[in-house]
Amino acid sequence: MSSNKKIFVAPIIYVLFILIPIYWLLIMSFKTNAEIGGSLTLYPHQPTLDNYLVIFSDKSWYMGYVNAIINVLINVSLSLIVAIPAAYSFSRYSFFGDRGLFFGFLTFRMMAPAILLIPMVQIFSSLELIDTHIAVALTHCFFNVPIAIWILEGFISSVPKEIDEMSKIDGYSFIKYFYKILIPQISPGIAVTAFFCFLFSWVEILLSNALTVVNAKPIGAIMSRVSSIFVANISILSAAGILTLIPGVIFVIFVRKHLARGFSMGRVG
Amino acid sequence: MMRKSKDKIAYLLLSPALLVMLISGVIPMSMILYYSVHDSFYGNNFIWVGMSWFQQVLSSAEFYGAFFRSIGFSALIISIEIPLGIYIALRLPQKGFLSNLYIVLISLPLLIPSIVVGHIWKFLTLPEIGLISTSLEYLGVNYDMNDPIIVWITLALMDSWHWTSLVVLLCFAGLKNIPDAYYQAAIVDGASGWSVFKNIQLPKLKLVLLIAVLLRFIDSFIIYTEAYVLTRGGPGVSTTFLSHELVQTATIQFDLGEGGAMSVIYSLVVLCVSWVFFSLIVRKNNEQ
Repeated sequence: MSSNKKIFVAPIIYVLFILIPIYWLLIMSFKTNAEIGGSLTLYPHQPTLDNYLVIFSDKSWYMGYVNAIINVLINVSLSLIVAIPAAYSFSRYSFFGDRGLFFGFLTFRMMAPAILLIPMVQIFSSLELIDTHIAVALTHCFFNVPIAIWILEGFISSVPKEIDEMSKIDGYSFIKYFYKILIPQISPGIAVTAFFCFLFSWVEILLSNALTVVNAKPIGAIMSRVSSIFVANISILSAAGILTLIPGVIFVIFVRKHLARGFSMGRVG
Repeated sequence: MMRKSKDKIAYLLLSPALLVMLISGVIPMSMILYYSVHDSFYGNNFIWVGMSWFQQVLSSAEFYGAFFRSIGFSALIISIEIPLGIYIALRLPQKGFLSNLYIVLISLPLLIPSIVVGHIWKFLTLPEIGLISTSLEYLGVNYDMNDPIIVWITLALMDSWHWTSLVVLLCFAGLKNIPDAYYQAAIVDGASGWSVFKNIQLPKLKLVLLIAVLLRFIDSFIIYTEAYVLTRGGPGVSTTFLSHELVQTATIQFDLGEGGAMSVIYSLVVLCVSWVFFSLIVRKNNEQ
């Protein structure tokens, strides 16, 4: 593509538009509340690590990150474990109601967390699972399993069917085929799917807040509690906000090469 | 299209996903349907009331207000984010280090929890100390978060900041799939930039654009956390959206029936829109 050689201004302006608010959050996290409340400064004049120290030394703060990460890890593993065989099924077999079922799954991706709030709380209280990581992880499956199936189905469909048949001739059992052949073939797809599941679960707050009290409360919920009590505590909320960015940034750097394909739902061409 | 086989094992492979969706999707939705046609006392005695909750919701001015604000908000941000996203994607380098760097930077807003997004924009717009509010005041603009128009502009700006990147990345992926031969043919024909866009790029982008509009419609129609942190639904009810109305009814007033009926109506709207888009996506997919 010939236009590739030119460097355009539009993406640079767009990236600046994205980075300025993040920069603003970053510098506030190194400021004192006095400096924030004083006057507008474009960089911290008396940089301080106090906000981060508070978070790392206070159990009620740092456990928020631990909980958020546990919730997300369980959700991502669970979503992948159930979605890989389901995506394989949709990709390789035609069966009664396959298209309807595929759409049926997707409709749950369309449901608002606000709708499911009350039933979820009631289900998990009757199971005595309120304030557990599994409750949050299982709840987030309603939007992550459908999206995982959708993306993985695309990736699996691009693996030629001849490979299935050849492995059968070579005497591979179905399970061995799955682990030895299919999964290595679609590993970029699995990485990208994990990224998407991570993303949607990591940013959800309404349900994960409602289903937890202390032991499984993720950082976002802790932030919302703090912000309603200490209206003025901007600097510490900024530091907490910056820390929520780190896992996602690490993840996106790892999957950057496969991200584009993940966004086209695993389809090439 | 791939030739597919028939085998009972298909159902076996689907069963774990079905089980998980039963617990996290089907059962909660059934409970909502149940609530919507029953009246409850202290959340345990249920009496059949037929369609009366639906009649109540459909005759409530608050519901229509919130409903049309949500539709209006979705229309507003889609009309900003889709053209902007296409434009940025067209201008991105397709390969190389710079391309990867852009992808990582552009993904950043998508990785931020909605509550943090709300806080960032609240801090940016705080009177006297926020970057946006003070810069605009300096330029002589009266930036007043008690003015519904200013609040709507700020919300649209926040949502565009948060989600345009999704459209950019989807379109970027779509553009990557266009074979170089198409562009070479266009150069031979002496086609202008606009005609390359109209005749080659846009038709190839149709599928990802359908996905983009669908995802942006759904996620903006259910906006909750960011908007709540930024505006608390105000000034007045000018930014009280459907999700806020729903959470207010279901958890604060604890009106299970009315909340249930609202949820059912809301789900039906989303379902109809998704069905239209899904059929278009399937058709487009089969063409390609």
